[in-house]
Amino acid sequence: MGFAANGWLSFFRPNAKTAVSAIGVGVLIASFAVAIAVVTGLSGAAHEAPFIIQLWSWMPVGDLQLDIAFQVDQLSAVMLLVVTGVGSLIHIFSVGYMRTDEGYARYFAYLNLFVFFMLVLVLGSSFPVLFIGWEGVGLCSYLLIGFWYTDNANADAGKKAFVMNRIGDFGLMVAMFMIYRSTGSLDFGAVFDAAPTAFTVGGATVTLITMFLFLGCVGKSAQIPLFTWLPDAMAGPTPVSALIHAATMVTAGVYLVARSNVLFAMAPVSSAVVAGVGALTALFAATIALKQWDIKKVLAYSTVSQLGYMFMGVGLGAYASGVFHLMTHAFFKALLFLGSGSVIHAMHHAHHATHSKDDAQDMRNMGGLRGFMPWTAALMWIATLAIAGIPPLSGFFSKDGVLAVAFARGHDAPIFMAMWVVGSAAALLTAFYMTRMMLYTFHGTNRTGVQERKHLHEAPWSMTGPLAVLAVLAIGGGLLNLPHIFPGSGWLEHWLEPVTAGSASYWGAIHLEVGTEWALLGGATAVALAGIIAAVVLLKPGQLPRAAEAAEERGWQRVLRDKYYIDELYDALIVRPLVWLSRRVLWRSVDDGVIDGALVNGSAKLTKFLGWAGTQFQTGRVGTYILFFVIGALVLIRAVMSQS
Amino acid sequence: MLAPALGVSAILFSIGVAGVLLRRNVIIIFMCVELMLNAVNLTFIALAQQLGPEGQVVVFFVMAVAAAEVAVWVLRQMAG
Repeated sequence: MGFAANGWLSFFRPNAKTAVSAIGVGVLIASFAVAIAVVTGLSGAAHEAPFIIQLWSWMPVGDLQLDIAFQVDQLSAVMLLVVTGVGSLIHIFSVGYMRTDEGYARYFAYLNLFVFFMLVLVLGSSFPVLFIGWEGVGLCSYLLIGFWYTDNANADAGKKAFVMNRIGDFGLMVAMFMIYRSTGSLDFGAVFDAAPTAFTVGGATVTLITMFLFLGCVGKSAQIPLFTWLPDAMAGPTPVSALIHAATMVTAGVYLVARSNVLFAMAPVSSAVVAGVGALTALFAATIALKQWDIKKVLAYSTVSQLGYMFMGVGLGAYASGVFHLMTHAFFKALLFLGSGSVIHAMHHAHHATHSKDDAQDMRNMGGLRGFMPWTAALMWIATLAIAGIPPLSGFFSKDGVLAVAFARGHDAPIFMAMWVVGSAAALLTAFYMTRMMLYTFHGTNRTGVQERKHLHEAPWSMTGPLAVLAVLAIGGGLLNLPHIFPGSGWLEHWLEPVTAGSASYWGAIHLEVGTEWALLGGATAVALAGIIAAVVLLKPGQLPRAAEAAEERGWQRVLRDKYYIDELYDALIVRPLVWLSRRVLWRSVDDGVIDGALVNGSAKLTKFLGWAGTQFQTGRVGTYILFFVIGALVLIRAVMSQS
Repeated sequence: MLAPALGVSAILFSIGVAGVLLRRNVIIIFMCVELMLNAVNLTFIALAQQLGPEGQVVVFFVMAVAAAEVAVWVLRQMAG
């Protein structure tokens, strides 16, 4: 197992276009194989200690000893499998999707680099090593969002993602400094061992630390109020959206909370904030997704909403449930994104063939695609049912796991009951908007136009193959963590126990009556079905006008379509004042006045004056020189005499 | 005898400096330079009484250099 971690490091940046796909995909599949080997090794090994590999010493500074070290434990093993497994499938998909793109080699280089940093993130055995991966995936995200950099909007979207992540990174760094101050270490093991003695439960320090940690998670995982970058990030290639902005990178925040579960468990206030923000985000993003027309935007807001569920789970102390939802979400959301990618691929080709200028991602220009791409349609329906929470698909169990915990905790504190209500409402909306997306895309009459219709076709096998594998996972993934009423339940929970053991004592045990649990399961199913049925009954995909002919939405619908004007609000509240401040105060006054005026030109003027003063001594008269010579000699003599 | 000798030497040196600084005539300036040299010579002689004969040797060197200086100056005048 020792060479396993080194294996990740050997990722290289392919450049030769011919070999790119073989290398890019091969590396991923190989790492997936290694990951499986690691996990089987881990399940055979003793359960207590995580496996740590020290590579080299990075920064020995005073008392602080920072090593580049990787650790494999139960939590990183789960993440490892998700990242390499889903990553491999998405790489295979990309071979078909990006085939004709000019930046093919560049694309795979970025994608491999991303996977490398993601593995550093989940394998790092201390906060700084995690931070390297954290920043690295942010960089790759930026590079891949702005992948088609010739379009200004894409480049702007990349910048937006980068800047918003920066806010979160600031929080993470502050949290690291505070952790070091309190515990004297940054290694996960040492910090979590020291935590019970270094902090008091609910104390100000640990609350502050976890709040700053959570700020980092909010930025990375696109929660309120920093979620607006994620929908814009859809400017990148669709497989990127699937890999980075659905399955892996955005879940890093959830991973961080689960990893620091001891700290969060000791700060009940922070945990409640995490859960509350998660629940609010889940509902908020779900409402926006109701009125989006861009197929990828719907999925983007859906991702934000599902991330909200994950945070709700980890914020409620149900770390296993949060991670479980993370995993199942990776399966079905990657499937949805790749499916939408294959739809966009087909639309794009059709538009390309007829030189149409229509938007290839607008659902109003699709419709009836089921007849042209039956495989994609069927597989995406599976994912839709999974995310909506129809039993026995994976999303049903994972989402219900989170909601059941909220319900159980609701006995002690009514605030958690409110979260359960909010979460259930979001689940209803989820079922509705996902069904809406499917209906408008695949059902009803075809709206692509007569010419374009001839060019619509199913994607090649390299694209539908990964979809099929993901569909199997989306169906069966739920078996990993069944509710307690089923035999063989809670497998993932037991698996993660060594990681979450440190926090278990701070949370009360969750106990639900068998009857209540059945009722919750039934209720969740009813909610999901209600959403789907409502969508089928209310929406008439056959009567939908094309994007070009559609009437402007009015009133409430328009507010939703424009995403509650959050972007505009940020623009008015933060961007504009900042620009004003920079332009008027910083540029005109500080830069022009102080820096240019006083410092730059001022120092030049001072030198000039000193030079002028110096010229006054050069009179050209020998007598003056001798006078100064004598004065100097006298001063020297004086100095020498006072010395002795 | 040391203190009066050093005092005279200091006065002579100061007169020499003042002359170099204040007078404009080249010959006078030259004479003032010689005056300073001889003030230093006087110091050497006075101190040689106590510290041994090396100071007197230096005085001969100074006188030789001063004489050479005069010779250079005279030659320059003759050529010009």
